[in-house]
Amino acid sequence: MENLIEVKNLKKYFSTPRGELHAVDNVSLNIEKGKTIGIVGESGCGKSTLGKTLMRLHNATSGQVLYNGVDIANMPMKEFKKDYRSNIQMIFQDPYSSLDPRMNVLQLIEEPIKVNMKNLSKIEIKEKAQEMMELVGLAKRLENSYPHELDGGRRQRIGIARALSLNPDFIVCDEPVSALDVSIQAQILNLLQNLQAERGLTYMFITHDMSVVKHISDDIAVMYLGQVIEKCPANEIFKHTIHPYSQALLSAIPIPNVHVKKERMILRGELTSPINPKKCCRFVARCPYATEKCHNEEPELRELKTNHSVACHYAEKFM
Amino acid sequence: MAKIHTPAMEKIEKRNAKRKKPVKSTPTTESWKRFKRNPTALLGLFVVCILILVAIFAPLIAPFDYQKQDYASMMQAPSMKHLFGTDQFGRDIFSRVIFGTRYSLVIALFCTIAAFFSGGLLGIIAGYFGGIADTIIMRIMDVFQSIPMIMMAMCIVAVLGNGIPQLVAAVMFASMPTMARSNRAAILRVRGSDYIESSEAIGVGQIRMIIKHMIPNAVGVMIIYFVGFLAVSIMMMSAMSYIGVGLSAPTPEWGLILNDGKAYLTSAPYMMLFPAMMIMITCFAFNLMGDGLRDAFDPRLK
Repeated sequence: MENLIEVKNLKKYFSTPRGELHAVDNVSLNIEKGKTIGIVGESGCGKSTLGKTLMRLHNATSGQVLYNGVDIANMPMKEFKKDYRSNIQMIFQDPYSSLDPRMNVLQLIEEPIKVNMKNLSKIEIKEKAQEMMELVGLAKRLENSYPHELDGGRRQRIGIARALSLNPDFIVCDEPVSALDVSIQAQILNLLQNLQAERGLTYMFITHDMSVVKHISDDIAVMYLGQVIEKCPANEIFKHTIHPYSQALLSAIPIPNVHVKKERMILRGELTSPINPKKCCRFVARCPYATEKCHNEEPELRELKTNHSVACHYAEKFM
Repeated sequence: MAKIHTPAMEKIEKRNAKRKKPVKSTPTTESWKRFKRNPTALLGLFVVCILILVAIFAPLIAPFDYQKQDYASMMQAPSMKHLFGTDQFGRDIFSRVIFGTRYSLVIALFCTIAAFFSGGLLGIIAGYFGGIADTIIMRIMDVFQSIPMIMMAMCIVAVLGNGIPQLVAAVMFASMPTMARSNRAAILRVRGSDYIESSEAIGVGQIRMIIKHMIPNAVGVMIIYFVGFLAVSIMMMSAMSYIGVGLSAPTPEWGLILNDGKAYLTSAPYMMLFPAMMIMITCFAFNLMGDGLRDAFDPRLK
């Protein structure tokens, strides 16, 4: 399959009073058409920033994002808005705050259509919005409701309808279910999967929830402090995880069986600051296997097996 | 399919038509509902409404001409004829206070509008554009703010002279920094919210963003500041008139009436009591209303 999105050495630094914050540092990813890539990592590891940089909500510091071979990260904003905005869309994390409280459901869903398809008449816009509501499973009677009257699941459906109404082929899902109840999480995940099957969508699914990512992803990239440290097919990571950090992440998934005692790998130490990081392995402060070499050299992402890359000096040892 | 009509059905239809339609719950009606539930806010609104009515119908309410001097009845204590007593020229203080409502409310409104369109707009610009514009505007406002409000107003009146436009200008300049600050905060709060980012993601342009998203969401907070500022303006105006840099006699402005009475504080305290009470009641009412509006528009802001 061809790659829809190719991220090449993408960097996003924020300047803070204490120095450069390396939110996304040298990330390279390929996302195949029609597939889902899961981005996993703890809070503050830069996974949302990565998504927002792909969306051009942030401008990249350096590096490229190729969409069907065209670099969208460095083109003028005007051109991006005109030609690519509708192709790349985003579903936001918090459906409670990401919808304008002063607009009703229909207005919210009409908005992207109104803004991007200027040649449509009012009635056509309304029809299209209603079609979208049906597609994401929002009852017609909710048209005039305001977000504050709806539950989280319905609000997230509005968010999905807004993203989908522009017929995108790539959607960045920024923790779309983390703010929802578990029962509703499943509904939304199923909706996202059905939509993907129907419309051949490509997802970048950002989450910190390993069980969600297992359910929905084809490939997984684990991020730590702005860098991708392990990248492989989804089933591979649950069977043969290599990087010590990924191992620790996986050992944190609870097993719903009281008789199985699982050995948990508990990380000690503090998260290293992402501001002006030193040239060393980012994980060194918390890694139980860290050696002198890890303190002095930054490991590169190396392909150890087909489709399985790890950034660790001693990756072979953990295989 | 034709509709069937029976007498019973018509009866029901009639009854249904009579019933009020359920009120749709929009953010605005929600705010109004919260406001209605708040007794102190309603009291504030009620008093403000009465004051407005008093200002409009002042000639009908006031028993005497506020300028007419009556040397037969000077410095009289409150009585049935002169509810608030008379001053050293025999003018009816009740009538003067009633007419004073006009001056206080109207000038305060002008002051607040002027402050809003100068300071408020600067604050909105600073908040929206951020960066250098923000720094420049807010540092200038800081300089303004470092001069005491009354001092500032006095300087302006000293340069431009007495009069209503000068007074408005003085209050405007003195309250610009606070107005800028609060409006900037209101815009910043909206600007940093997720729905602005999500609208950006679907390609909403700058102008639509301001008109459709930022203003509707910030306007509630701005109204709160606006109402609060009416109270501040009335206070400032009265204070300036009292120290003699505001309006000039014989205007029946509350601060001026206070000024008239200050010489007789020990012998005729009622001359100061009633205008002072009016100032207090008015400011109190506006503040109650402002607090009520704050709770109504944004229950989380408390």
